Amino acid sequence: MYFGKVAALAGASLQVRKGEIHSVIGPNGAGKTVMMNCISGLYRPQKGEIRFKGERINEVKPYERAARGMSRTFQKVEVFGGMTVLDNIRLGRHIHMKSGILSGSIYAGKTAREEIENRQFIEEEIIDLLEIEHIRHKPVGMLPYGLQKRVELGRALALKPDLLILDEPLAGLNLEETEDMARFVLDVNEDPRWNITCLLVEHDMGVVMDLSHRIVVLNFGNMIMDGTPQEVQNNPVVIKAYLGEEDLYATRR
Amino acid sequence: MPQGDKTIAAAESHKAEISRELTIPKLFYQQAKRYGKDRVAMREKEFGIWRPITWQDYFETVKYIALGLIKLGLQEGDKVAMIGDNRPEGLMAEMAALCSRGVGVWLFQDCLMDEVRYIIDHSDAKFLVGEGQEEVDKALSIMKDCPKLKKIIYDDPKGLRHYKQDCLISLREVQQLGRELEQEKPSLFDELIQKGHGEEIALLFYTSGTTALPKGALLSHHNMLSMGQHLMEIDPCQKTDDYVSYLPFAWIGEQMMSISCGLQIGYTLNFPEAPETSQENIREIGPHVMFAPPRMYEQMTRTVQVKYLDASWLKRMFFKFATWVGYHYADMKFSKKGVPLHWQVLHGFVYATVQKKLKDHLGMSRVRNAYTGGAAMGPDHFRFFHSLGVNLKQIYGQTEVAGISVVHRSGDIKFDTVGHPIPGTEVRINEEGEILTRSPSVFKGYYKNPEATTKTLKDGWLYSGDKGFLDDDGHLVVFDRTKDVFTLKDGRPFAPQYLETRLKFSPYIKDAWVIGDRRDYLSAVMCIDYSVVSNWADQRKLNYTSYQELSQMPEVYELVEKQIRQANKDLPDVAKIRKFTNLYKELDADDDELTRTRKLRRAFVEKRYKEIVDALYSKTDSVHIDTLIKYEDGRQAHIVTDMRIIPITE
Repeated sequence: MYFGKVAALAGASLQVRKGEIHSVIGPNGAGKTVMMNCISGLYRPQKGEIRFKGERINEVKPYERAARGMSRTFQKVEVFGGMTVLDNIRLGRHIHMKSGILSGSIYAGKTAREEIENRQFIEEEIIDLLEIEHIRHKPVGMLPYGLQKRVELGRALALKPDLLILDEPLAGLNLEETEDMARFVLDVNEDPRWNITCLLVEHDMGVVMDLSHRIVVLNFGNMIMDGTPQEVQNNPVVIKAYLGEEDLYATRR
Repeated sequence: MPQGDKTIAAAESHKAEISRELTIPKLFYQQAKRYGKDRVAMREKEFGIWRPITWQDYFETVKYIALGLIKLGLQEGDKVAMIGDNRPEGLMAEMAALCSRGVGVWLFQDCLMDEVRYIIDHSDAKFLVGEGQEEVDKALSIMKDCPKLKKIIYDDPKGLRHYKQDCLISLREVQQLGRELEQEKPSLFDELIQKGHGEEIALLFYTSGTTALPKGALLSHHNMLSMGQHLMEIDPCQKTDDYVSYLPFAWIGEQMMSISCGLQIGYTLNFPEAPETSQENIREIGPHVMFAPPRMYEQMTRTVQVKYLDASWLKRMFFKFATWVGYHYADMKFSKKGVPLHWQVLHGFVYATVQKKLKDHLGMSRVRNAYTGGAAMGPDHFRFFHSLGVNLKQIYGQTEVAGISVVHRSGDIKFDTVGHPIPGTEVRINEEGEILTRSPSVFKGYYKNPEATTKTLKDGWLYSGDKGFLDDDGHLVVFDRTKDVFTLKDGRPFAPQYLETRLKFSPYIKDAWVIGDRRDYLSAVMCIDYSVVSNWADQRKLNYTSYQELSQMPEVYELVEKQIRQANKDLPDVAKIRKFTNLYKELDADDDELTRTRKLRRAFVEKRYKEIVDALYSKTDSVHIDTLIKYEDGRQAHIVTDMRIIPITE
């Protein structure tokens, strides 16, 4: 991926295995978010190939990628501030709604059933999981940042994705919110009802090391290594490029 | 079953005597058989919808949990501890513990580890019923210190998929065990229930204790039931009533409404979706009866006051006028002289335009009786609710009388008293001014603490440790805890609580701590309300980053001073606050500064903030604070700040 003559991401090869939490780490400007944008379809890489579920998706539009089971959250929250929490989450569910305007206005039979099923999914699986019952009807813009992040995750989950891309889900959260968020990520990854594969970009090393099955390290658009947390911690190049900047376990604690 | 018929009759008419034989399980059995599938015993909001639980469901679940507990080895008199938010499962577990002839012990949901350890160990609890991961974690970490604890029962499996300990079992599995046992011995449950006697111990309740370690009060079935019966004689409830259960079950007041009264009348208990949504859920239900400690009402008043500050000019004028009329009207009613017609018309007008709506927003539009107790409530708050037309009554009681012993009667309310004793209760003041109570609800003694028992129970009289007197109309006036009463400079006794509750009527003040026992003048340490004051500061474009910084701003000091001057008004000179300071943090139950029911632990804070107290009684104008604060997760923060001492002159 090039911006002018800057190679923001080059020679990176990443393979995320089903059911794993795969983290991407690297110093600022390493190309982590560029990578996420390429995968979700926001950017079109000039070279290389992106494959999802065995198919090449380079030319597939973002919304089509969502329909194939991919959803994401953003580094800076991108929620609809004027809409309520429930509406934001429902929006993520749209892709699974089959009824059109006409049947929706009559609202009977299959359409009503579909609506009820979707409501049940949102309430029982998402709102209950994320513990946001008390803000259901509040406009998202009025909520504190930590809750907005949670709502964004809720919207991404409403798609019931197979691959969830989380771009710095913990940035700007306090300790308690971080713990909650880490728990949610673990829950959706491990719970048999979800079993979501996660691609995680994060700076909080403690959380990354604890959660991830595998970690990719990027630096200046190049990939340094791909391995288990153990291997990453022991790799001298990685330590020099990134971890060495701070303590090995630089976390907010 | 002639025995059964007799007690059903007792439950049907409130006047009839509750027999000594009757136990909570027996009553539960009768009510469940009587109401069956047709009536809703409980309602819980779950996944955004109110879901009903009929008496039949309630009965079945309790039966299988009870049998399951037996199968797990519960013996007669074993303690079953419970911890968790208010949910039907919590109440079912308690009922099951009683039905299986165990004894129930409730813990506060926000208990710290040490408190949990102490209570579990002291009560000899064999089972602990928790809600989910949080409670299970707490229980597992104290397991090794409490060898008597055998099983931890949880209800919500969320987050527990990697927990493999043998001592863990889900409520569902317990019910399954119960079903198996029923197959073997189909009549066991009925036999268990018939075995009970009203004088047996039902609940072991730990008092929050402002001074020492919690003490376990033993309450019998008869204590609980007679308590509920006597309250219902004064203010009858109907079985069609709704009640919202959102205060901790570990508080005796909640037990009184949910078990003592709820079971006798058979009204519907409603459980909010989550603790954060309770205010909203109360509004949806519109309960007919309410019982909450003063802080809940204080919170409601604050919500209204804050909304008022943010409202438009026209709305503020309307509200001002309506409260003025409301106060006037309430005062005329208090004085029992009758209300002139033009005031009635005026009141009708403001009721229709403002107060009715306000009441609806507070979820009080259907409230017939609202009670407050557990701590002193300021007269300002009290008048506020009466000005809205809410029939708010003070009660007086303690865990040791299974709830309450004294209450206001409708139409005979004075806001500085707690009213008359309920039927069956005698109240007497001894020479030292201590309040003594005698009634069928007086408890059986403290668990494993004969020393405290003999001190509190003498010849059937309960020595409350509260100072008070009876006024000319026979109303009981509760002064304060005996040890908290101040002696002012002129030798007069003075209750600091009175001044503190007055201060707390200001929306900007969250907590106040008045000092001045045997000193030259009174002083106060104030805690601002962070959300309200930060809102106020935002409007004035003041910059701050934390509670600590905000509390120490000169503008905030000015604001607080104004509130104190307001409270100082029409007090005798010796009872006025002369100096104050803003504390750099909020008072917190987690730091042992307050009890779980948010009562100030005076002796403790006086020791902890000795340098502040000293500074208030010296000539300095500031006090330097250099302290370490430990957060829940073990982190420490170093706090360095200078608290200003502000003198208040006329």
